[in-house]
Amino acid sequence: MPPDERPFPPGDYPVVVVGSGPGGLQASYCLSRLGVEHAVISRDESPGGMFSVCPIFERLLSWTKPDAPAAPGTRAYEWYDHNSLVAQEPELQALVPPLMDRAFMVPSREEMELGLTAFAERAPVSVRYGCHWEGTRRDDDGRLVIDTSDGEYRAQAVVFAIGVTTPWRSPIPGIEVVPHYIETRRPHDYRGRRVFVIGKRNSGFEIADGLLPWARQVILGSPRPVKTAVMAQASVRARYLQPYEDASLGGGTFALDLAVERIEKRESGWRVVGSGTTQPGPIDLEVDDVIAATGFSAPLLDLEQLDVRSVAQGRIPALTPFWESGPGSGIFFAGNATQGAPGLRKHGVGNASAAVHGFRYNARVMARRLAVAHLGIRLPREQIDPGSLVPYLLDELTTAPELWAQKSYLARAVTADGETEIVPLAHFIDEAGPDAVAVAVEMDAAGSMYPAVYRRRNGAIRERLLPPNVLNEFRGPDYERELREML
Amino acid sequence: MPTTEKDQLVHSLAGLALFADLGDPDLEAIADPECERRFAEGERVLRRGLSGAGFYVILDGEANVLIADDEPRRLRRGDFFGEVSTLLDCRPTADVVARTTLHCLEIPGPRLEAFLLQYPQVTYRMLQTVTRRLRDLLQ
Repeated sequence: MPPDERPFPPGDYPVVVVGSGPGGLQASYCLSRLGVEHAVISRDESPGGMFSVCPIFERLLSWTKPDAPAAPGTRAYEWYDHNSLVAQEPELQALVPPLMDRAFMVPSREEMELGLTAFAERAPVSVRYGCHWEGTRRDDDGRLVIDTSDGEYRAQAVVFAIGVTTPWRSPIPGIEVVPHYIETRRPHDYRGRRVFVIGKRNSGFEIADGLLPWARQVILGSPRPVKTAVMAQASVRARYLQPYEDASLGGGTFALDLAVERIEKRESGWRVVGSGTTQPGPIDLEVDDVIAATGFSAPLLDLEQLDVRSVAQGRIPALTPFWESGPGSGIFFAGNATQGAPGLRKHGVGNASAAVHGFRYNARVMARRLAVAHLGIRLPREQIDPGSLVPYLLDELTTAPELWAQKSYLARAVTADGETEIVPLAHFIDEAGPDAVAVAVEMDAAGSMYPAVYRRRNGAIRERLLPPNVLNEFRGPDYERELREML
Repeated sequence: MPTTEKDQLVHSLAGLALFADLGDPDLEAIADPECERRFAEGERVLRRGLSGAGFYVILDGEANVLIADDEPRRLRRGDFFGEVSTLLDCRPTADVVARTTLHCLEIPGPRLEAFLLQYPQVTYRMLQTVTRRLRDLLQ
């Protein structure tokens, strides 16, 4: 047998990162930049995580503009490229856009996977592939022990970048035998068939759109109505609207608000029984196929034993603003699973932590937190000239990709003596600290974006919302005057 | 017995006075996993003076309402808070802090009106509770 040349044999490390999807790669890159020694293990055989299999119909939901108002490779360009990982070195920036065929404003999953592989090779991010995480516990010294197919790892902190990858089915009697989204067959296998799709979220509409040219009829059903206002502004709109267009033309597609009560497998086909929610009444359907587009859950294995709590019906870990399972637990998350940290959710607007363009910044902030709080590493903060505070903050509000991607979640904070960093807004507001100011980009329910300023003086927080601007340009004398007045 | 988290969420809602008049399809529609929130002990749920807050119903655990130097008012399973700031579109005048681990359902502020119009039985129950609070205050 040839010797095992994989990096990171089992043993003691300050930090272990589990996973080699975009979240794991970004977390490892950020830890390396801070000089934090760590091992990366992954059950996969190559970088890319879920993008090797999902989405079924190839196209991602998140946009990238190959040519945009800012130049690729710059920090400002990151906002226009929601798919590349981020780095300090310009040659590691914006790796996805050159791989795109420009047929759509969203990459295919193959283009995405190539971009991630390029990042892993060039950064480089070393990974021990084919190493399965199998269990977790804490030893007598309080260190975390990761049991894997290759042996035991011990670490002061672990970053779980394990994605939201386990097929999840809503608890409907009979659903156990219904094929999951991930088991969808090739579209022409549905030719001439009547298909019922359980779920009206991204994956439900993706399936509906993919089957539209083939199936005889597609019916989607789930209890809650589709949020059409949200849909109209999302990059998924093409997918959402084609089945809707078919529905409005009377083409046979229906999107029903329906609580499914049971599903019965028949000799040929299926029976779906439920009750309407928006329009009450019984619904009883005979169909040829049923597909459960009911989503995925994070594979948390035995983490509940270590007090990792969950939200979203047990599917996603509940996290602190720094994406830790609890203050001081040392169990951090990166990637898609960080969506369980709600942040302030002002006006009900959630963060972008479920997508690369949001969680790539979470990873950077998380890495700093982990290094300082768990490894006692002293990290210098960026320093700005206090005299240029006002133009600096307005420039950040207008161009900082972190603030634009993670609205009302990440904020640019500056202390009275000019030390600055990006922090979770909830942390800035809820934790004690020196006199400082933080700014965030926020969005109200109508989708209007505006700058928000939070001033902390003697421990008390004051919020001031600045007016929106039609060109999202928050620099200029009016904004300067208003900000100066407050500071 | 509910066996899954979704069942538990529906079951948990069904046991609250606020939702007592609703049938299963409605409860399923309300049990939106996106609206499920968990807070650690000591975490702030509602922040005094901050815009854009939501309306919360406690599914499990306890919270304290903190107003200036007053004795904290205790909230328990079935209680709701955040209705003043969401209905009147103003900033909360109190902090609400989790006293234990806290499990809540959140209706985001901008969705509350549609929610209350869609489920008038919930609105009626809520009105009763708010009226009771007013009476206690006036007595």
